[in-house]
Amino acid sequence: MLYRTAGQFKTSYTADQALFPIRQDAYLLGIILIFAWVVFPLTASEFTFQTLLIPILIYSLAAMGLNILTGYAGQLSLGTAAFMGVGAYACYKMVTIMPWMNPVVAILLSGVFSAGVGVAFGIPSLRIKGFYLAIATLAAQFFLVWLFEKWAWLYNYNASGAIQVPNLKMFGVYIAGPQADSMIQYFVVLGIVTLLTLLCINLTRGNLGRTWKATRDMDIAAELIGINLMKSKLTAFMVSSYVVGVAGALFVFMWRGAAEPNLFDIPLSFRILFIAIIGGLGSIMGNYLGAILIVGLPVMLNTLPQTLGIPISSAMVEHLNIMIIGSLIIFFLIIEPHGLARLWALIREKLIIWPFPY
Amino acid sequence: MKDLKGYVTADGRQIGGVLMEMRNITLKFGGVVAIKDISFDVREGEVRAIIGPNGAGKSSMLNIISGFYTPSEGEVWYKGEKRPPMKPYEVARQGVARTFQNIALFEGMTVLDNIMTGRLTHMNAGLVSQAMWWGKARDEEIANREKVEEVIDFLEIQNIRKTPVGRLPYGLKKRVELARALAAEPSILLLDEPMAGMNVEEKEDMSRFILDVNDEFGTTIALIEHDMGVVMDISDRVVVMDYGKKIGDGTPDEVRNNQDVIDAYLGVQH
Repeated sequence: MLYRTAGQFKTSYTADQALFPIRQDAYLLGIILIFAWVVFPLTASEFTFQTLLIPILIYSLAAMGLNILTGYAGQLSLGTAAFMGVGAYACYKMVTIMPWMNPVVAILLSGVFSAGVGVAFGIPSLRIKGFYLAIATLAAQFFLVWLFEKWAWLYNYNASGAIQVPNLKMFGVYIAGPQADSMIQYFVVLGIVTLLTLLCINLTRGNLGRTWKATRDMDIAAELIGINLMKSKLTAFMVSSYVVGVAGALFVFMWRGAAEPNLFDIPLSFRILFIAIIGGLGSIMGNYLGAILIVGLPVMLNTLPQTLGIPISSAMVEHLNIMIIGSLIIFFLIIEPHGLARLWALIREKLIIWPFPY
Repeated sequence: MKDLKGYVTADGRQIGGVLMEMRNITLKFGGVVAIKDISFDVREGEVRAIIGPNGAGKSSMLNIISGFYTPSEGEVWYKGEKRPPMKPYEVARQGVARTFQNIALFEGMTVLDNIMTGRLTHMNAGLVSQAMWWGKARDEEIANREKVEEVIDFLEIQNIRKTPVGRLPYGLKKRVELARALAAEPSILLLDEPMAGMNVEEKEDMSRFILDVNDEFGTTIALIEHDMGVVMDISDRVVVMDYGKKIGDGTPDEVRNNQDVIDAYLGVQH
């Protein structure tokens, strides 16, 4: 009933190719955007910003970058965290070398560096695929983390070997560093994530997206109908690494405030891969659902016993956390191997024809 | 019959000059000779069939035409020029489209998207324009959609355009694959067993589509097919291969009465 599409006719290809051919989708997104831009900032506490809203957005963005590469172009990558690191370190170098630089511009530019590194490490994909490519990207993961550790110039010969985000101002307001306000940071992150999401949606539904999907589904046929596989794969690596790099810069500058090389180690790569897989490979929205689950669940598990007044040790919570998340991942993958996004698509399909069975 | 200006078919269609010519093609895989010194030509506007028993090298020949294999010896001439060694996607961009023996559609995409990929040789908007969905990218998307809709109308698959290909039955998949190849507006269309695994009705449909394509768009068609009835009915000229060698070439009637061809298909008494 709520989702009935009857009566919505398209009279031009422009209308049929609109972002939301179904009106209810646009309303739904409008509501979500109102929540994200107005309701959350008005109601959220410092704790909510720091533990939920900001990390969910940043993880979603990183997963979206990975999803373009793995979900759309079909190139498995295990080096996401390292590319995030490239973005973070590039951003750090830029703002310390050129302190006058607008921090948002610096964050958006830092993706360019990770895109370059991503393309370089994407070259093996021209010869190998599947698990073998995953191992090749693993090499990027190890190499880059080693580089972050050993190349002192990257962290300005800092004795601790870590990068510390300086206080950065934009239009007279601190947006990064110890003095920045969480709500301001949230708006910066939200703005960048919204923009990049829109660009990624456009890319994936257009010609380039079809090229990627063709490469993913059947590369030999793709080449025989005129797709330059090299170009297709490398643009996927480029766009993906760009998005991941920006996510990495946001990760450190808008959330963590400081970063050591081992922050960008394999566990982070896997975390983002989990988000992408649970959310749904080959979907943009899935990344958000996955991030909400992976980031939000531990927070919920931590706060729930407290609010219910159940006495429980923090170590116990930690163990429970891992167990519950692990079993949930398995549960979701059995229920719907194509992720939460597909689950939503099925619900939506049912809603459109509800109350009739078909 | 064979002169440079072409010829007139039995049903009165004018066939043009040579579009593609294979000159002394030999293809070896290590010690195995898949194709041995074969020459034939495909003329503009004709339906050219390649037939032969299993393992005769027909598919290999098609793979050479579409650039997937590089011949060990011999030359491919296309539109009056010798074709240098090139990648398959470059061949496709020159106007050679094909379908596959085992359907090679992009299963994760809708019918519409699959056919739109066939148009990508006609699209060249830049990354930024595509990301903004503005300007050239948007115009291209709409212009090409119109072309794709023409093909969809032509092949009568309007009702499944938004269906994911993975859900379609076999016969429709074959048709979508033909649509994808047609959407590229090729100069020459290669069909690798377009009727394999179909029932009589589906074969009739497919034959009709092939003839219509040839008739309406003037597309040159080279096809491989095992169903002799179909081949003899729809093709203008036939090449017969056996064990990598050419054993016959000519109109269906000529081929039908060729002793070597009869021997290859029916066997010879030793």
